[in-house]
Amino acid sequence: MTQLFEYAPAPESRSIVDVAPSYGLFVDGEFVDGSGEPMKTVNPATEEVLSEVAVGTDADVDRAVRAARRAFTRVWGPMRPADRGKYLFRIARLLQERAREFAVLESLDNGKPIRESRDVDVPLAAAHFFYHAGWADKLEYAGHGPDPRPHGVAGQVIPWNFPLLMLAWKVAPALATGNTVVLKPAETTPLTALLFAEVCRQADLPPGVVNVVTGAGETGRAVVEHADVDKVAFTGSTEVGRSIARAVAGTRKVLTLELGGKAANIVFDDAPIDQAVEGIVRGIFFNQGHVCCAGSRLLVQENVHDEVVASLQRRIGTLRVGDPLDKNTDIGAINSAEQLARIRELSEIGEAEGAHRWQPACDLPDRGYWFPPTVFTDVSPAHRIARDEVFGPVLSVLTFRTPDEAVAKANNSTYGLSAGVWTEKGSRILAITDRLRAGVVWANTFNQFDPTSPFGGYKQSGYGREGGRQGLAAYLRSTHP
Amino acid sequence: MTHVLDPGTLAAGTRPGPGSGTAFDDVTRSDAALRAFLHGLPGVDQVGAEQRAATLGTRSIKTTAKAWAIDTAISMVDLTTLEGADTPGKVRSLAAKARRPDPTDPTCPAVAAVCVYGDLAGVAEEALAGSGVKVAAVATAFPSGRASRAVKLADVRDAVAAGADEIDMVIDRGAFLAGRYLDVLDEIVAVKEACGTAHLKVILETGELVTYDNARRASWLAMLAGGDFVKTSTGKVSPAATLPVCLVMLEAVRDFRAATGRQVGVKPAGGIRTTKDAIKHLVLVNETAGGDWLSPDWFRIGASSLLNDLLLQRQKLRTGHYSGPDHVSVD
Repeated sequence: MTQLFEYAPAPESRSIVDVAPSYGLFVDGEFVDGSGEPMKTVNPATEEVLSEVAVGTDADVDRAVRAARRAFTRVWGPMRPADRGKYLFRIARLLQERAREFAVLESLDNGKPIRESRDVDVPLAAAHFFYHAGWADKLEYAGHGPDPRPHGVAGQVIPWNFPLLMLAWKVAPALATGNTVVLKPAETTPLTALLFAEVCRQADLPPGVVNVVTGAGETGRAVVEHADVDKVAFTGSTEVGRSIARAVAGTRKVLTLELGGKAANIVFDDAPIDQAVEGIVRGIFFNQGHVCCAGSRLLVQENVHDEVVASLQRRIGTLRVGDPLDKNTDIGAINSAEQLARIRELSEIGEAEGAHRWQPACDLPDRGYWFPPTVFTDVSPAHRIARDEVFGPVLSVLTFRTPDEAVAKANNSTYGLSAGVWTEKGSRILAITDRLRAGVVWANTFNQFDPTSPFGGYKQSGYGREGGRQGLAAYLRSTHP
Repeated sequence: MTHVLDPGTLAAGTRPGPGSGTAFDDVTRSDAALRAFLHGLPGVDQVGAEQRAATLGTRSIKTTAKAWAIDTAISMVDLTTLEGADTPGKVRSLAAKARRPDPTDPTCPAVAAVCVYGDLAGVAEEALAGSGVKVAAVATAFPSGRASRAVKLADVRDAVAAGADEIDMVIDRGAFLAGRYLDVLDEIVAVKEACGTAHLKVILETGELVTYDNARRASWLAMLAGGDFVKTSTGKVSPAATLPVCLVMLEAVRDFRAATGRQVGVKPAGGIRTTKDAIKHLVLVNETAGGDWLSPDWFRIGASSLLNDLLLQRQKLRTGHYSGPDHVSVD
């Protein structure tokens, strides 16, 4: 009898989803060729080319925006709100019916573990459609005036870390409020958006209500800058967000940005240590750390620092890194070679600054883009590793001695998207969370999402909220009484 | 407030040697000290613990891993009968099954122990002679534990004299809930002494302790008192063994070994009926306490009907077909 419990591989079947050799753009209810040079999308876990995807040029984007405008003025805008809700409910149910397909495709294209795409991404995406479907005919009660109106055509650009979920966060509220959509998915992860386009057809959504234009930065720029787009929504890097804000400035367009973060996860000495360690792991290693609200700065009270770090290291030693389609995998592949290079660079900077790098002994596959879970200790707030967003499985550990110091260090960031507080003392939770400059603060948990809960940031983490009643505001022209 | 676990010693290998247990002598010198110690243990966040247990429950165990897990689980079973209607015949028949769970397949491992009431320990001992299967007897006025200490200790001595290798005692939950921790500790110490060379499993009856904080405190109490195993339940109270409570107890034995160098086993009992449940528990052991606990010496499953499901699943893996309940013996 072997002493170690080696789990045999339990891969999800790839055959559940058909990946076409090539994809077009989804414009006006049809799949059409793009005028740009097609791009390839690869499986980051194997570097295998999955498919060839069309690239939209200015002309393609123009066609998509015109289709969206037509749909807005002729069908979607005038439609009874309750009927819009029905379409959204239909989409939500189709997402549930085809959940396995979406989960497998997401893991293939993005590299995230199937356990996360299956248990988090897809169910949450469906939940967002269900939630917003409910709002469609109740908008006058959402607190944005008695007769709130849609903006018109929404141009939306989404990132590669949660391709389907970010689509749902953008498309569901836009449709529920009566806007039509031109969506540009990320360059490295376009496939689930194209499968979603198929779902729109299956749901008999009127042509032009949702348009998907794939491509890279240029295509995104065309969407943002198109003169007939009324509302721009972007999730992604602060750098790109800044250029979008510049492009939109001075136009009549409405803009919301959801950008980077460098969240503080604060562990007090009376915290439930075992659950805090779980929360730290979930905070930083969920989705390989490709999470804008990742708890990438661990602030731990000095008197429990060694205990917490020792427990954390033991726990990280049990994380399983490897094949994203294996149901037992905890950490999958880094999404792209480019991102991997950035994570490596910042890690090297961390060491050069004098922080201490720790990684567990773990075998990484030969092919694909991989980075082991990493913990930096002896980090100071002056280190770049404590200030720059790594967007990878890299945790920086800092210490504090008093609650005031914890708050000061937590807020000492150019970002302010999320934070976490771990303590058994309820009064301290309330006192600390009140003083944290972050859009979301989790207490004794981390990285929990729900469509009813607004999400968004302070400072360079962007502006506007997504989800909840507050999230609807971004897609409505309020008519205050 | 600071943690009782000294972080320096947790991190480094500077622990006292196995069996020492002297590291915590101070905390057992008075009720107040013991109370301060137990209440100074890190708390358990209920939501977080349950979420963690649920996540581990989704591990997918297949093929060779499943075959290994089934055999390991069989070898960890304390095959149990604790009914008022138990007879020597019933115990003998259970012993035969314990020795050879699957008569059609000699490669099937024997179970770890047969667990009976103290008055039947002699019958079990005779029936299991030479098999390597241990005799476990419940004692100390099982399942309620409501009797005088003299009666409880006599109960233990009787069972040991009759041939029990292992004693499953119940703690005085009333005393624990009333905050009389030192009484509980003293009683476990006394029972341990009465056990002589027999192994002592301490049943916490977590269903009556209710909170995870209590489960952790009771586990530490039992370990400080010298218990060889901490066990979740008698099987007579619902809820019995649950995944989160087992998780908390595994964390406790893991931390206890880190703090004292002494390893203590864990036994969930009651309510584990299917192979799937058993495998979830093994995953929990593997990823919480670690591989060192994946042996019948350190992890047991108290169950009666679980064994047959394990055998059916084992036959399925061997033949590729599911068979019915008549393909395994009733007991």
